[in-house]
Amino acid sequence: MSASQFIFQLFNGLVFSMLLFILAAGLSLIFGLMDVINLSHGAFYLLGGYIGLTMVRQFDNFWIALIVAPLIVSGLGLIVEYFFLRRLYGRHRHLDQVLFTFGLALIAADLIRWRWGAYVESVPGPDELKGAVVIFGALFPRYRMSLIFFGLIIAAGLGLLIGRTRIGAIVRAGVSDAQMVSGLGIDIQKVFAGVFALGTALAALAGVLGAPVLNLYPGLDLEILILALVVVVVGGLGTLKGAFFGSLLIGLANTFGKALIPQFSMFLIFAVMAVVLLARPSGLFGVKGN
Amino acid sequence: MARHWKWAALIVAILAAIVYPYAVRSYFLSLAIEVLIYSIFAMSLDLLLGYTGLTSFGHAAFFGLGAYILAYTALGLTDNILVTVPLVIIGAALLALIIGFFALRTSGIYFLMVTMAFAQMLFSIAISWSDVTGGSDGLAGVPRPVIGVGAWAYTFDSRESYYYLVLAFFLLSWIALRSIVGSPFGAALRGIRDNEQRMRALGYNTFRYKMAAFVIGGAFAGLAGALLTHFTQHAAPETLYWATSGQVMIMLIVGGVGTLVGPMLGAAVIRLLPTFVSSYTERWEIVLGLVFILFVLFAPRGIVGLLRRAVEKRP
Repeated sequence: MSASQFIFQLFNGLVFSMLLFILAAGLSLIFGLMDVINLSHGAFYLLGGYIGLTMVRQFDNFWIALIVAPLIVSGLGLIVEYFFLRRLYGRHRHLDQVLFTFGLALIAADLIRWRWGAYVESVPGPDELKGAVVIFGALFPRYRMSLIFFGLIIAAGLGLLIGRTRIGAIVRAGVSDAQMVSGLGIDIQKVFAGVFALGTALAALAGVLGAPVLNLYPGLDLEILILALVVVVVGGLGTLKGAFFGSLLIGLANTFGKALIPQFSMFLIFAVMAVVLLARPSGLFGVKGN
Repeated sequence: MARHWKWAALIVAILAAIVYPYAVRSYFLSLAIEVLIYSIFAMSLDLLLGYTGLTSFGHAAFFGLGAYILAYTALGLTDNILVTVPLVIIGAALLALIIGFFALRTSGIYFLMVTMAFAQMLFSIAISWSDVTGGSDGLAGVPRPVIGVGAWAYTFDSRESYYYLVLAFFLLSWIALRSIVGSPFGAALRGIRDNEQRMRALGYNTFRYKMAAFVIGGAFAGLAGALLTHFTQHAAPETLYWATSGQVMIMLIVGGVGTLVGPMLGAAVIRLLPTFVSSYTERWEIVLGLVFILFVLFAPRGIVGLLRRAVEKRP
């Protein structure tokens, strides 16, 4: 691998890492606060991407898709939370929550196939970000380049939201002791609903942003879900920092693995996961006993 | 009195299973073979989920490995099940040992994700390492099994004969799992399911018990995968796919976790569902998902739970 090829793959890896981060941050937030592992997260990603596709075709404007698709999907997330998931909260209902979101993922995947068909759909990026930039002698698409910045902005925004605002303080308090928070007179149900909506919106956002890079096809929901799950396992469930560094690790491992050992790239990812699990069973930044 | 009824029902069920091939068309015979195979698969998951409290979402790993080992040995080495089936069981048990070594360090949600990720890793290897695994086509042309040697060899080449072979394996698996869950070892597993900390305080090495359950469950899942491969004569990468793990999970939940009858009922219902639904709508996966969600929300103990409730309500 020459130096310019290396740089090219490095940037590709960062792009993929940022997409993974936006997705995994939602997954991790939902788990951290609500103790729910959302197996329909990949379906929300794909749904966001497809709604974005329809928007782009309708209005010929990527930015509308980028705003509207997450709004629609988070609305669906609110409905799911309010009518179904809420019945399944509680310490000993982990399995029921997992099974419910799994059933939901099945239904969503079939509905998506029904509405959008089983083809590979490519989505054009925004016109403003067409063309390529030269980095250390390697040509790199401008859209992908801006995805890296976008991911960093989202990371910083989420970090500020969770770390520096009143709402963030409530969420953090809820992560460590939801009952105590509700005892202090805060409507924790609303916080749960809000976090679930935010998480699904992030999934959909990743779906719209990722569509020009990864395309859209049935089955992508699972592929991306598995990677996001590996990210949160490696990084530690429920921490934003874990989601960020986990995404970097897995995103880069995936991209370089695909370039160097194409047949066993998945193997590399799981090898990374196995090593992390052996050294730190609750993930790089996870709190023990989570 | 209730005991007698149970034995009577069991004997009737076995007799019915024996005369079944003479009573139905070959389509329903094929369905019955699949239901029996998936029953073994679902029972093996129940040992983990229902009896030990291990939420494995990657049970397809063992099922699929069993399928591939069988296809490989039957195509290259021998089609004698006295050789192939032990190899499959050893292979699946070894895989369970490896996955368990990593996965059993974690618990709960982590365990679920790690098992799922391992199964998906095997799936991606099966797809991409095409020189060995046949890629997305899998390995085709697996012969029908043979038993015995020389002049005493018998080939299960008809569908009826294969049905009886599968029925025999099913009954053996059922008896084996029944005696496992009824033994002191099974009681220890249930103890771990209900309160692992307490079992540890009582001096049990819970890691070893969980590992043993994981390996036994993996071995039976491998057997089920091998039986399916002999039947379809094809080892497909889909056997390793998460939808396969999900499907067996659905069978178990719909049937009833923590019983050995539940997995059979679930396997039958879920295997028959597409046949009936597809005459009304093409979107049978939506129906499957809805049925599953309804059970999760309103009848978490499955069909067995519903039946029990109905019997208890009766005056």
